[in-house]
Amino acid sequence: MANKAALFNYILRLADTNLVLGHRLSEWSGHAPYLEEDIALTNIALDLIGQANSLLIYAAKVEGKGRTEDDLAYMRNEREYYNSLLSEQPNGDFAQTIVRQFLSDNFDVLLYESLSKSTDETLAALAAKGLKEATYHLRHSRAWVERLGDGTEESHNRTQNALNQLWRFTADMFAMNPDDKDLVKAGIATDLEKMQPTWLKNVEQIFVKANLTIPANAWQQSGSREAKHSELLGFLLAEMQHLHRTYPEAKW
Amino acid sequence: MVDPLEIKRILSVIPDPEIPVISIEELGILRDVRVEGEQITIDITPTYSGCPAMKVIEQDIVSLLHEKGMDKVKVNLIYSPAWTTDWITEGAKEKLRKYGIAPPEKSTVDKGTLTGKPKNLSCPRCGSKHVEMVSQFGSTACKALYKCLDCKEPFDYFKCI
Ligand SMILES: [Zn+2]
Repeated sequence: MANKAALFNYILRLADTNLVLGHRLSEWSGHAPYLEEDIALTNIALDLIGQANSLLIYAAKVEGKGRTEDDLAYMRNEREYYNSLLSEQPNGDFAQTIVRQFLSDNFDVLLYESLSKSTDETLAALAAKGLKEATYHLRHSRAWVERLGDGTEESHNRTQNALNQLWRFTADMFAMNPDDKDLVKAGIATDLEKMQPTWLKNVEQIFVKANLTIPANAWQQSGSREAKHSELLGFLLAEMQHLHRTYPEAKW
Repeated sequence: MVDPLEIKRILSVIPDPEIPVISIEELGILRDVRVEGEQITIDITPTYSGCPAMKVIEQDIVSLLHEKGMDKVKVNLIYSPAWTTDWITEGAKEKLRKYGIAPPEKSTVDKGTLTGKPKNLSCPRCGSKHVEMVSQFGSTACKALYKCLDCKEPFDYFKCI
């Protein structure tokens, strides 16, 4: 049986990335460029927050210290959050939101494909469910990347600019902990280093089609595996956790 | 001891909170009923991970069984096997169509279901196949938004997953 603390941390990483990205997308609610897109982004947000919820329930069970999914979501500070750096990046303009989503959806599809074969039954079940959703999300973000990248001069420039801004956070998604090696060996976790070339091939193919260029030799920021974040996450958590911390016993 | 089939029959009247013309049983959300002495355990599965209707469904199950005098009721949320539109009964698909929602039209065994365009989708109002997708995402997580190019009405399509 794999190390319980390592498994707990692994599930938190999956959950936190979904929760933070879901929260970011929910910020578009009522603000998206038009109604159908408003509904699309909030639907995707709902899926991601739902995935985070199921994962946090499982994380709480694995930890076995009596914490609930709400304790994990609302009572941890930013130095206890393991979400990817990409997920906490601000919405920016619509192009930036779409590029962030596209990079992330491609990652999720591969991750869930692999995790759906995990020897951990709960992770395998949640991944099989998440895979259906991620595949559908990718269809949306990929269509937008192609349309914006290969659209007007303005949409192209904004999308290229978003890619230039966000590319530096992509390697962080694939960073692995020393403990991960054991989880991979036990067939529980996915070997992210092995997954990266496929991901790169998949996103590159669409970027070429969309007339977009991946920045060459871009410096890569890391840190999420050690729960080191930019100040962006603190602001996000402050908003997300405020209500629960003010009224910790509130139920509705 | 109560017969699990009897409990299933009682629960079969509970409608889906978001699509009240079909029941949670017809939708395939109600997965299993087990009885051990006084203890009744019900398994339900979400259509989508973030489906906000699950809490309401859980409460509906508990309060309906309480009304029938069954007090020890536990509702489990299960994720495996993942819910699929293949579990929606044929009768329920017809009810969806009459309600104005185009039902999922093919089996998910067909690859490309998730990404491809539905081939035989027709307008639930006039039956025309001359339809166009407005948005991949509709009024709830399980639906996409279409419009009919003949009768000009917009309609929801129950996505195939
Ligand atoms: Zn029509």
